[in-house]
Amino acid sequence: MDCYWKWADSQLGLNLIRLKPMSSLSRDDVAKLAGLARIEMSEEELVNLSQEFTVILDAVARVQEVAGADVEPTSHPLPLRNVFRADVVVPSLTPEEALSGAPAQEEQRFRVPQILGEE
Amino acid sequence: MIRNSAAEMAAKLVAGETTSVALTQAHLDRIAAVDTDVHAFLYVDTEGALAQAAAVDAKRAKGEKLSPLAGVPLALKDVMAQKGVPTTCGSKILEGWRPPYDSTVVANLKKNDIVILGKTNMDEFAMGSSTENSAYGPTHNPWDLSRIPGGSGGGSSAALAAFEAPLAIGTDTGGSIRQPAAVTGTVGVKPTYGGVSRFGLVAFSSSLDQAGPCARTVLDTALLHEAIAGHDPKDATSINAPVPQVVAAAKSGDVKGMKIGVVKELNGDGYQPGVRARFEESLELLAKAGAEIVEVSAPNFEYALAAYYLIAPSECSSNLARFDAMRYGLRVGDIDGASAESVMNLTREVGFGKEVKRRIILGTYALSSGYYDAYYGSAQKVRTLITQDFIKAFEKADVLVSPTCPTTAFKIGEKANDPLAMYLNDIATIPVNMAGIGGMSLPSGLADEDGLPVGFQIMSPVMKDERMYSVGAALEAALLTQWGAPLLDKAPLLGGAR
Repeated sequence: MDCYWKWADSQLGLNLIRLKPMSSLSRDDVAKLAGLARIEMSEEELVNLSQEFTVILDAVARVQEVAGADVEPTSHPLPLRNVFRADVVVPSLTPEEALSGAPAQEEQRFRVPQILGEE
Repeated sequence: MIRNSAAEMAAKLVAGETTSVALTQAHLDRIAAVDTDVHAFLYVDTEGALAQAAAVDAKRAKGEKLSPLAGVPLALKDVMAQKGVPTTCGSKILEGWRPPYDSTVVANLKKNDIVILGKTNMDEFAMGSSTENSAYGPTHNPWDLSRIPGGSGGGSSAALAAFEAPLAIGTDTGGSIRQPAAVTGTVGVKPTYGGVSRFGLVAFSSSLDQAGPCARTVLDTALLHEAIAGHDPKDATSINAPVPQVVAAAKSGDVKGMKIGVVKELNGDGYQPGVRARFEESLELLAKAGAEIVEVSAPNFEYALAAYYLIAPSECSSNLARFDAMRYGLRVGDIDGASAESVMNLTREVGFGKEVKRRIILGTYALSSGYYDAYYGSAQKVRTLITQDFIKAFEKADVLVSPTCPTTAFKIGEKANDPLAMYLNDIATIPVNMAGIGGMSLPSGLADEDGLPVGFQIMSPVMKDERMYSVGAALEAALLTQWGAPLLDKAPLLGGAR
């Protein structure tokens, strides 16, 4: 495994990371992100993730080394343009089909928990 | 019969030597015999497959003109929607979901009368390199059941290597078709981005995801490629151009005068000795077959892995927002008075596994204001640099080659708690997805030190997919002459019978 880690270091600059963490996420940072992502997390998960992110973020931060102001960003491999189709009615799902996977339904509609608070 | 290639099976069907029902039943029997050990399948559609097979046999009996693979069975990665058949993506959040529609790939398979045996195991939402991230337990490599079959499409690759199916569908976001092919001694192709429709492919990273064909021979892979490829109005990123002539290329296997570029950066010190030895040997065989071997450099590839682990999680954090417990899938905590938000939070906590959560959080961070430019924005610039590296390299060579992965199959559990070590597996496959070009992995032999399969990767420019098939077929033929028998004949027998 030693040789493997040496190689990993050369690829991702890991040894730098293990010596001096450059960026990190605290347990509270992860909790905030989990809230934004709508995922409930246990205390243990929050702590574990914040530790893992110290390593992962430093590894991925390498992209900044070559991302100069003169380089155009690429968001997609194809030169995307708007795609239109003829305005013709085509068959689509029936209400029964569309609702077939619904956790709960009522009167041909998805039944969902309350969205607005009581107050 | 199950050890034949798909092309041989198709020929026997045409000659009337067997029927699709018999062929399908033989594979269902094989699955029943070995899949408790391999666990390639999450769902076996016995009834549906036999009904489909009987329908093909009836068409054939009537003398209808059928497609080249009509009646041959296939294993479908569980990320592709198939009407009425459970589609889980290896996740608890979709347990029990039966899509009300067919993905375009499935529609094309049905149109070609290819018999769908069932759904194969995968890393949850295709995030992983080992199939250990499946919520339904890992798949085992038929070469050594204690090892991983690759990922995310480990179920599909293992099904091929265990002779449970002669054809399979995979999807490749950072190597999920090619790496599993490499570590199981099978063939897998990631077509040019946009070459095969993504409609009904449950999205992980939309700008990188690509469905493609998997099989045990280059020709079988090409036949399946042509069956599933082509423009689809339901996918706005689908390329509206003729499908590359990959079957003709696979049949000719002519590499005379072709320039094959060895990517200097993808053949370094970190590659296992046996992987490098088989790679060098394959280059010699291609040179003997008449190709010219040149060296090319792609200096920005070393940043590909870092860029990938920003772009893919960013897109996944957005794509997986659809699993909100409202319209389909799991719903947890829907008690009287519970808010929609608390139901979402609880459902996603229970429904998603560790790696999926890790990537959603990482993506949420990379896209958040204040960090966007430093992470996601920089990664997009790296993507430009990688694409430029490919463009320059393809000025010097018709195709590019490298080992598919740095190592052979590792042990199940070996890297489970070390995400970065796991991510390194995809170091040679990721650049292809970043640029949207085509990539193939085919077996190049066994590593001397562990006797496990090694993969050879061929990369071709956008919509020049036929080139990788020419080179793959030439190499396959040369290696077969050297081995005297298919590589998979060296794999251990499973379940007793051949």
